[in-house]
Amino acid sequence: MSGLPGAAAIAGIGATEFSKESGRSELQLACEAVLAAITDAGLEPSDVDGLVTFTADTSSEIHIARNLGIGELTFFSRVGYGGGAACGTVQQAAMAVATGVADVVVCYRAFNERSGERYGLGQADRPMDVSADRAAYSWMTPFGLSTPAQWVAMFATRYMHEYGVTSEDFGRVAVVDRAHAATNPKAWFHGRPITLEEHQASRWIAEPLHLLDCCQESDGGQALVVVSARRARDLPHTPALIWGAAQGSGNDQHMMTSYYRSEISGIPEMGLVGRQLYAQSGLTPADIQAAILYDHFTPLVLPQLEELGFCARGEAKDFIADGNLSLTGRLPFNTHGGQLGEAYIHGMNGIAEAVRLLRGTSVNQPGDVHNVLVTAGTGVPTSGLILGADQ
Amino acid sequence: MSGAGEDYEELLRAWVGRELVARRPGQDPVNVPMIRHWVEAMEDPNPVYLDEDAAKATGRDGVVAPASMIQAWTMRGYAATVHPSAERSGFDELVALLAEGGYTSVVATDSELEFERELVPGDHVSVEEHVESISAEKQTGLGAGRFVSTVKTYRDASGEVVATQRWRTLRYRPAEKPAPDKPKALRPRPAINPDNAFWFEAAREHRLVVQRCADCKSLRHPPGPCCPQCGSFAWDTVESSGRGHVYTFTVNHHPRHPAFDYPLVVAVIELAEGTRLIANMAGVEPADVAVGMPVVLDWIDPDPDLSLPVFRPAAHEER
Repeated sequence: MSGLPGAAAIAGIGATEFSKESGRSELQLACEAVLAAITDAGLEPSDVDGLVTFTADTSSEIHIARNLGIGELTFFSRVGYGGGAACGTVQQAAMAVATGVADVVVCYRAFNERSGERYGLGQADRPMDVSADRAAYSWMTPFGLSTPAQWVAMFATRYMHEYGVTSEDFGRVAVVDRAHAATNPKAWFHGRPITLEEHQASRWIAEPLHLLDCCQESDGGQALVVVSARRARDLPHTPALIWGAAQGSGNDQHMMTSYYRSEISGIPEMGLVGRQLYAQSGLTPADIQAAILYDHFTPLVLPQLEELGFCARGEAKDFIADGNLSLTGRLPFNTHGGQLGEAYIHGMNGIAEAVRLLRGTSVNQPGDVHNVLVTAGTGVPTSGLILGADQ
Repeated sequence: MSGAGEDYEELLRAWVGRELVARRPGQDPVNVPMIRHWVEAMEDPNPVYLDEDAAKATGRDGVVAPASMIQAWTMRGYAATVHPSAERSGFDELVALLAEGGYTSVVATDSELEFERELVPGDHVSVEEHVESISAEKQTGLGAGRFVSTVKTYRDASGEVVATQRWRTLRYRPAEKPAPDKPKALRPRPAINPDNAFWFEAAREHRLVVQRCADCKSLRHPPGPCCPQCGSFAWDTVESSGRGHVYTFTVNHHPRHPAFDYPLVVAVIELAEGTRLIANMAGVEPADVAVGMPVVLDWIDPDPDLSLPVFRPAAHEER
């Protein structure tokens, strides 16, 4: 890997407010977020020549370009697999910039996921076609297994069984997320921390998942501006250099239902992402000062810590119980409050938080941060980033 | 007020034997024109009602009124029906008391008539009505109700009884309308395509099959067109023994789909053959499901077009 590490940087971040009912179209949210990110980078819409989003996004690149007066595009791309796409959009942008295909690429994601189509309600009554993607649900929805929480619950039960993990071990992740959200004015749960007892008392969604193991459903948009490292140095903010950007799809990969592998207590696709990130950046887990780990559901935070080498297999529960995820711990985690606390913007808001950590502007800044590891959706083909300071 | 309290029973009992309608003469005496309307409407060809000679030929003094007209001679008529008197009769009071008990609906059940003599034109008939009995509450197809029997006594101008009528109605509380006859929601349909149809077709025959590579013989599930081990597109199936164990599971609480009962156990079953599949559990409480639990195959037919495997805990002899 020669061309990618350090070649590009995130120079601008922008978002809408995060809410439960935006009252505007998803396209408008996307336009607002993209424009805010361009402005944050000190650029003009006409400077942009590339756009990347999720296949799940309803606002195509051409609509963004046309509405914001971006004009011509030389690069446009989409990444699939739901929240697994988040860091993948930045990888696409970084590769485009590193190869000279584009100069300024904006990655974006915007939706009315709470007031519009709610993912949490599941796939049961979605229209059926007979594509391979749709047919994959034939092994789930007729049995009443149709929501992300239910899919993840299967992994959680097995993980608990193999490593003697309890619901409280999952709850500690939620408590950290909500503690960080409590001091973040942009977070939906600003000022509303929770205790482990409240986590335990919250109602069942899909055993072993309590309500407070589940992320929010949110309306909002987030965008990120990617330019070359050289250009970033001339822009207003401290660049967040992209030292690692990787995607991963594992053996016998399914959409959040990879139950057919010999073991299901790990997340091999995340291990694959992690190995690439460390190889690209030349860094090790010891070089990472903070982590933004995808937290749609708390149980899958634990095997992420293991796959990414922050602790050994089966030891995440102890790593967390020892306080390592707090602001004063070994690995400050989800300093924005995560998707449980701040908002569920399909992981894109976490990348923005990593940029703030490197700028030193997080509301929960844990001191000097030189390298941040960010992950995207778990249980699905996924992606990750190591963002770092200029060297 | 409910229809069951002791006080209420007492109030109803007090009505038994009471007069509902005081003796009231019919508006008109028995007359031929009204008889003619009746027999024409009823298409009753008996000549004794209108043909004086035919009537006499039967030994009568002249024409007679059809017996079944007895009630007609005392009916209150159109005007009084459209504009009923404001004065409350005993009948109104009893109806109100029954309504207080929730018996707001009525259906006539039967009428028994006894005739003392035939009526002839010129007879002026009156009627009076008494309560004979009010039953205890009965469960009926229409709802819970009480049978109210009254006796109407018909007399001529001299006060002689010409007929009696035992008249029974059911005063009932309309049964809660069952939710509009909506069949239970169907389970979400599988998306059947050329790669998975065989599995669902076998399930219709209650056979659990596993796809097998026709070349390297490795099993795979969920199925697909190509063998990931050897690249062969040729495949057949083997029938599972139906034995296995719970590899992992979840108990679903929210959101709820109308096709299922909750809490709903969904498990990943590892079959003895080595492949895994998702299925529901049966014959076990959610709290008793455990990873590693030995299970055996059973089948459910949630609707006419769908059969699915379900697993229940294996009895010891089945393990």
